Amino acid sequence: MIRDITIGQYYPAESRIHRLDPRVKIVCTLLFIVSLFIQNSLLGYAIATVYMGTVIRLSKVPFKYIVKGLKPVVILLLFTVVMNLFLTKSGGTLVHFWIFTITEGGLRTSVLMAVRLIYLVVGSSVMTFTTSPNGLTDGMEKLLHPLNRLGVPVHEVAMMMSIALRFIPILLEETDKIMKAQQARGADFESGNIIQRAKSMVPILVPLFVSAFRRANDLAMAMEARCYHGGEGRTKMKPLKYHGRDRAAYLLTVFYVVVVFAAGRFIPFRLWIF
Amino acid sequence: MPAEMIHAEKLVYEYDKRDEEGNIIGAERAIDGVDIDIPQGSFVAVLGHNGSGKSTLAKHMNAILTPTGGAVWVDGKDTRDAALLWDIRQTAGMVFQNPDNQIIGTVVEEDVGFGPENLGVPTEEIWQRVEESLKAVGMLERRKDSPNKLSGGQKQRVAIAGVLAMEPKCIVLDEPTAMLDPNGRREVIRAVEKLREKKHVTVILITHYMEEVIDADQVFVMDGGHIVMHGTPREIFSRVDELKAYRMDVPQVTMLAEALRKRGLALEPGILRREELVEALCRLR
Repeated sequence: MIRDITIGQYYPAESRIHRLDPRVKIVCTLLFIVSLFIQNSLLGYAIATVYMGTVIRLSKVPFKYIVKGLKPVVILLLFTVVMNLFLTKSGGTLVHFWIFTITEGGLRTSVLMAVRLIYLVVGSSVMTFTTSPNGLTDGMEKLLHPLNRLGVPVHEVAMMMSIALRFIPILLEETDKIMKAQQARGADFESGNIIQRAKSMVPILVPLFVSAFRRANDLAMAMEARCYHGGEGRTKMKPLKYHGRDRAAYLLTVFYVVVVFAAGRFIPFRLWIF
Repeated sequence: MPAEMIHAEKLVYEYDKRDEEGNIIGAERAIDGVDIDIPQGSFVAVLGHNGSGKSTLAKHMNAILTPTGGAVWVDGKDTRDAALLWDIRQTAGMVFQNPDNQIIGTVVEEDVGFGPENLGVPTEEIWQRVEESLKAVGMLERRKDSPNKLSGGQKQRVAIAGVLAMEPKCIVLDEPTAMLDPNGRREVIRAVEKLREKKHVTVILITHYMEEVIDADQVFVMDGGHIVMHGTPREIFSRVDELKAYRMDVPQVTMLAEALRKRGLALEPGILRREELVEALCRLR
């Protein structure tokens, strides 16, 4: 169950989306997220769905992989929906019982928030599925390079991120192993209230941390042995260069954002309360 | 200045022994007065049980550790000279024990490219080197895969390719097979053998599996920070009792031959391979 988390996992495939420059994918994902929040019309979301659907199709990532990525945010999602549903009071009342009231505005906001959240997670996981973590950090490094002048260690942060990503599956596997080892000795992680369960995590976390530090130590040595000495004088195996397809992707995405914005603002298309 | 690939003189490495609060309560000698000479292009094995100082010695060969006494020269470069540090590490590449903890890249080819990137090699040449190195260890068809999908033996071969891509003159393998199953072990050793044939690099293999050192030109046995035995594999393996005293596992064939010899069979000491024993036994009739 612990290995089901797929956010931040690369899905290797040969596709148009995979081949795009990571910078394009980062910027376009941000633009996509912005496009979700600058409007709230049905038409706008329909266009966003088409855009996202096309990107997913082009990426050749199986749809069920992407849905899996939603699992970790289910609780947050439910929480937002419930909160919005009962606490937003505007428009006509739809249902009323005891102390609960669901209004048109509440239903509208909660559905909107749910769609926004789901699209946000799906959109960003498409980015992480189609970009190797190294590509991702390379892209970040290049995009944030101007911050170097302000004394931000951009290269170091990028390197740390890519290493963290590489070790996520290894540490998950290790967690699984430790859990099984503790269970074999009679540890109980499933019963009891929240506090008891949190307490029962301690015998997992302590060995996990110890091993993580040991790994970090080993890795640092291995990196030094391979002449790693920071970003200076380093060349790139896969240097980032914009191609025609990258410019096309930028143009299409900007065009998409403009269309969504325009559709949401100027085309009065309504269906019931949405 | 000595012309050997690796030359150590009266090498001593001490580290502080601490009590539970972290106060220094004394010094521990991991290496105590080691002299070693490793000629260019040779295959040298260092044997020893846990805590014999063999890994510490390996870490001196590419300046991860610097001596607290004596000196080490790698290809004529003194490891105490901080200015030569990166030069030395390029000359002597190192493969470590844990396959997971030495792979930095999230894609096989990116990991192999990590070393050359650090050296500032131009992009096109990096690709060339990556391809060549992966081919040399037989991992070319897995170049686009995530290292997490590989078996232990394959990961170690990728790690070897990562070192090869830096074009070192010498490769130090620090117990590269200790965490592998027998299949993975065979894979890695075969990859190392192929390297020796094709690339003529100096190979220093640190291990506690005696089967792996049969083809070595020289074998050093370490115990308690000293080099206690030194010679060709045949010389070393003919001293079975001595090896046992240093808590080394002698290969079964050698053990059997030794036992037969003690019972009065006219066998030569230091039989290393099964075929050799069979042949020797057949000749007896």
